[in-house]
Amino acid sequence: MSILVYIESNENEIKKSSFELLSYAKELSKKLSLEVIALVINCSNILTLQEFGPDKILSINQTKLNLFNAQNYAELISNVSKSTGAKNIIISDSVNCKYLASLLSVKINAAFISNVVSIPSSISPFIVKRSTFSNKAFCDIKINSDIKILSISKNSFGVNKNKSEPIIENIENDFIESGIIFESVELSSGSVRIEDADIVVSAGRGMKGPENWNIIEDLAKTLNAATACSKPVSDLGWRPHSEHVGQTGKPVSTNLYIAIGISGAIQHLAGVSSSKVKVVINTDPEAPFFKVADYGIVGDAFDVVPKLNEKLKVFQAENN
Amino acid sequence: MVCVSCVPETTSKINFTNNNTEFDSSQVQYVINPNDEFGLTRAVWFKENDGAEIDVISVGLENTDQILRKALAIGADRGYRINQEPTDSYQVAKLLSNHISKHNYDLVIAGRESIDYNGGMVPGIIAEILHFNYVTNCVDLKINENKAKIKREIEGGIETLSCKLPLIIGAQKGLVEESDLKIPNMRGIMQARSKPFEIIEDNTVETKTNTISFSKPDNHKEIKLLSPDNLDELIDLLHNEAKVI
Ligand SMILES: Cc1cc2nc3c(=O)[nH]c(=O)nc-3n(C[C@H](O)[C@H](O)[C@H](O)COP(=O)(O)OP(=O)(O)OC[C@H]3O[C@@H](n4cnc5c(N)ncnc54)[C@H](O)[C@@H]3O)c2cc1C
Ligand SMILES: Nc1ncnc2c1ncn2[C@@H]1O[C@H](COP(=O)(O)O)[C@@H](O)[C@H]1O
Repeated sequence: MSILVYIESNENEIKKSSFELLSYAKELSKKLSLEVIALVINCSNILTLQEFGPDKILSINQTKLNLFNAQNYAELISNVSKSTGAKNIIISDSVNCKYLASLLSVKINAAFISNVVSIPSSISPFIVKRSTFSNKAFCDIKINSDIKILSISKNSFGVNKNKSEPIIENIENDFIESGIIFESVELSSGSVRIEDADIVVSAGRGMKGPENWNIIEDLAKTLNAATACSKPVSDLGWRPHSEHVGQTGKPVSTNLYIAIGISGAIQHLAGVSSSKVKVVINTDPEAPFFKVADYGIVGDAFDVVPKLNEKLKVFQAENN
Repeated sequence: MVCVSCVPETTSKINFTNNNTEFDSSQVQYVINPNDEFGLTRAVWFKENDGAEIDVISVGLENTDQILRKALAIGADRGYRINQEPTDSYQVAKLLSNHISKHNYDLVIAGRESIDYNGGMVPGIIAEILHFNYVTNCVDLKINENKAKIKREIEGGIETLSCKLPLIIGAQKGLVEESDLKIPNMRGIMQARSKPFEIIEDNTVETKTNTISFSKPDNHKEIKLLSPDNLDELIDLLHNEAKVI
């Protein structure tokens, strides 16, 4: 019996979010007295994982798995969970993980709980907290099935170092090929992804038009941040849909969220409120976003943002 | 077939009653889950351009009928309600699968996720139970004969996939645009009244989880307001207090 952690990667690099998953699994393993097994697909730098306490690393290298395919990945994880007898499977809350987990849950007859925000409050019965109503609330869920898949909300648990000396095993896998065929991919160039970013610089209709986004992009570049926007901004075609965040767009759960010229409508806040620190820059002191932010500046973005950018550059030069 | 989930309108205040064990639905307006509405609109295009027939289905109690009527007014041909209170994704998916397996659907459209439960699970569970191909985060769908070409939003881009029917998708904005959404007109509403609408009694109950209680996020601490002329202080706070830069 064990806890299985699926380690996600991006272009054969282990994703940073995996460290949080391992930290979560380690904490859970203390409660359940089980070992933690990390499953890694096509990655070379697997030793970075040992900082976070796995007892075993199962590493698989197979060109067929180079491209993410939910069906193939679900089948692989299903095989591994059966062979290791894992009753608890820990995954991230990325779109790919949720995609594969719904399939996996049927294959291994497991309950799948998404958006988990903390360690189970009770083990028997197994009760865990998840966010619901688009982050407007939490619920405690009792899981009745023996096998459980938990997808952990990004930045909800945190990363704890816990060095271990894991056994490393290379494994092989056979599976029936999925009926979904990959044709092509278009990657948006260069920019930091909202899903991976530690800092997100987001702007709204207060920016007046797409031609003014250069000051947003400059600030994001200085901070190595992703850019995001409110829904009307993407509906108006000022920015791509992939930048739309909120209840009906992407959820954002980052360390620092900077909202510029965004009023803070309930649907916007729902999607971004689980970010740790929120800064608002808005001309209107009554803008609802000020009620939920940590730091606020009542001021004109066209004045404040370029100044902030310059000052940040000076700060960075001094602190590096 | 289009699966629609009946959810509180996006501006609803979320409160709980009965010692925080139940959602307080008083004063809450219900709507078609936004992701499902994008899917429904895409289905109406299949009807208009390719002569598809659309069934719309929801698992829920009587209060769900209004959103099914709305879906019929927007353009669906037949409505079904499976008469059970939804308690978990597995139960809902199982009930929907029971229905789907009795019909010959080429395409099942669900939403990427519901905005109340936010599970993102129902369509995948159906796909696996029924051995349908499944693609979620779907932002474009074209069907030619029995082959589908799908664009899916992934982290940092968009991928194109293809597969054979039958297919189930998780829809989201992009599949159609916000401006493509239809507000039912009088004619549609009148026509909806005479469209077939069936209430299905299926007593299969297979749940894997129970929601035992709800809670709300802690009230936020006071904001620190800073002058636009004092950006150094903001940087200092972000660095030393919040430790995020
Ligand atoms: C079903 C539904 C789902 C929705 N889902 C989402 C969602 O997922 N995400 C989302 O974002 N919205 C969503 N919305 C829309 C939401 O209700 C708001 O309309 C939207 O968030 C407002 O965007 P905004 O803040 O950019 O624009 P506005 O509300 O127009 O706000 C602009 C702000 O900019 C400020 N401003 C103006 N000039 C300046 C300046 N020079 N410097 C600084 N500040 C300035 C103004 O004071 C104002 O506060 C949804 C709506 C519906 C009905
Ligand atoms: N009670 C329900 N009845 C019909 N379809 C549903 C129901 N609940 C969820 N769905 C469908 O499944 C999708 C994902 O829901 P969820 O797994 O709850 O996030 C929704 O967008 C709907 O298309």
